[in-house]
Amino acid sequence: METDWSVLVEFIPELLEGAKTTIYITLVGLIGGLVLGTFAGLMRAYGGHILNAVAFTYVEIIRGTPIVVQVMFLYFALPVLADLRIDPMSAAILAIVVNAGAYIAEIVRGAFLSISKGLTEAGLAIGLPHWKVLVYIVGPLAFRRLIPPLGNQFIVSLKDTSLFIVIGVGELTRTGQEIMAANFRAVEIWTAVAIIYLIMTGTLSLILRSIEKRMSIL
Amino acid sequence: MSIIEFKNTSKHFGPLKVLDGVDLSIEKGEVVVLVGPSGSGKSTLLRCINGLEAITSGDLVVDGLSVTGGKRQLREIRQEAGMVFQQFNLFPQLTALENVAFGPSKVRGLSREKAREAALNLLEKVGLREKAGHYPAELSGGQQQRVAIARALAVKPKVMLFDEPTSALDPELKQEVLNVMRALAEEGMTMVVVTHEMGFAKQVGTRLIFMEHGHIAVDGDPREVIDSPPNDRMKDFLQHV
Ligand SMILES: Nc1ncnc2c1ncn2[C@@H]1O[C@H](COP(=O)(O)OP(=O)(O)O)[C@@H](O)[C@H]1O
Ligand SMILES: [Mg+2]
Repeated sequence: METDWSVLVEFIPELLEGAKTTIYITLVGLIGGLVLGTFAGLMRAYGGHILNAVAFTYVEIIRGTPIVVQVMFLYFALPVLADLRIDPMSAAILAIVVNAGAYIAEIVRGAFLSISKGLTEAGLAIGLPHWKVLVYIVGPLAFRRLIPPLGNQFIVSLKDTSLFIVIGVGELTRTGQEIMAANFRAVEIWTAVAIIYLIMTGTLSLILRSIEKRMSIL
Repeated sequence: MSIIEFKNTSKHFGPLKVLDGVDLSIEKGEVVVLVGPSGSGKSTLLRCINGLEAITSGDLVVDGLSVTGGKRQLREIRQEAGMVFQQFNLFPQLTALENVAFGPSKVRGLSREKAREAALNLLEKVGLREKAGHYPAELSGGQQQRVAIARALAVKPKVMLFDEPTSALDPELKQEVLNVMRALAEEGMTMVVVTHEMGFAKQVGTRLIFMEHGHIAVDGDPREVIDSPPNDRMKDFLQHV
């Protein structure tokens, strides 16, 4: 079969719909992942034995299992275990939240612990409570170091959404797969899908790089 | 009443006994110079006073408050006992002025304007008013340490604790920091100073303590004990500083 790029004109709108779903899952999932990851990371860095152990267990379970297994578990096993029906879209978002959250937790923990202990002591020594030291001194410094690894995780999570093909979420990869199954235009469709992913990850990279540039690393 | 009182105070790090039943009273207005070999527990003794290290047994009372009295009380103690570190530890994302104003505004709850004004006065006092807008990275080590002294003073402490404040400085920068400390002592500030500067100890110190293996081996007048050390280990130590 000859390649015929003109067929794409017909399918681009559909693919863009899929890309929208990809962006939606990534965005909502990462917002949740950031919240969860920040809490878990701070628990790892500053929590007592129990909080630390809870966060550690969570992080290790997620890091030790593939994301496909995680989303399968959420979508197929959780309903059986907890009598909790969950639609594919929610399962996908939840999977990103839980998965990215674990990696972000390690990023947050690393960034906070990388800030010199002397600065914390200097803050404590003038009579600040520990939480204020974290909010006013360590936090802002850690934040600058957070951005590069966080950007990396955002891109990984965006690409991970393609794995939700296994539970039938109509994101970009699934959309490509469906079109392909109907017309067998493998070269054209997968090229287009790849380019759309590159545009999304490229944009993300650019945004992150400009934020990074605006903030000098201290 | 003594402003600082160690009562049979011990501090262990696991099996390591770093302070071994220290008894020590420091009165208002004293300038206590603390010397001793590396690892003898000088920093630990200082850090117990403001609760950066928790004591293991005995008691330690600062301005009437025990360091074992809980978090809130510890914060009160820290406002009464300012600390200056060997490595300055200025907040790198804040200017000199903001570093100094930080305590008054975030701890004492002063308004922005008031805190700024107080900070400028303190920078003036350490001779750095014209550096107010500079970030720590733009200052020399000596200047950073003077800002750090101003930052500690900004919370209006009754005691100042110095842990080797000039050890990280090039020789030509030590003097500007020592001068600020001397001026502070002349104003009547109570000070506990860990240092190897024997000249400073003799001229400014009112009392000298030689520490060894976590306890106080010598406690006396700086000029007397430096000129005629009462024991061989101190004599030995003095020959090496
Ligand atoms: N956080 C810590 N954990 C374990 N050991 C420590 C800690 N801080 C200090 N030490 C040990 O306590 C001893 C005394 O230390 P320090 O008070 O810093 O002595 P100095 O200031 O006189 O050199 C040293 O042997 C040191 O290794
Ligand atoms: Mg020391």
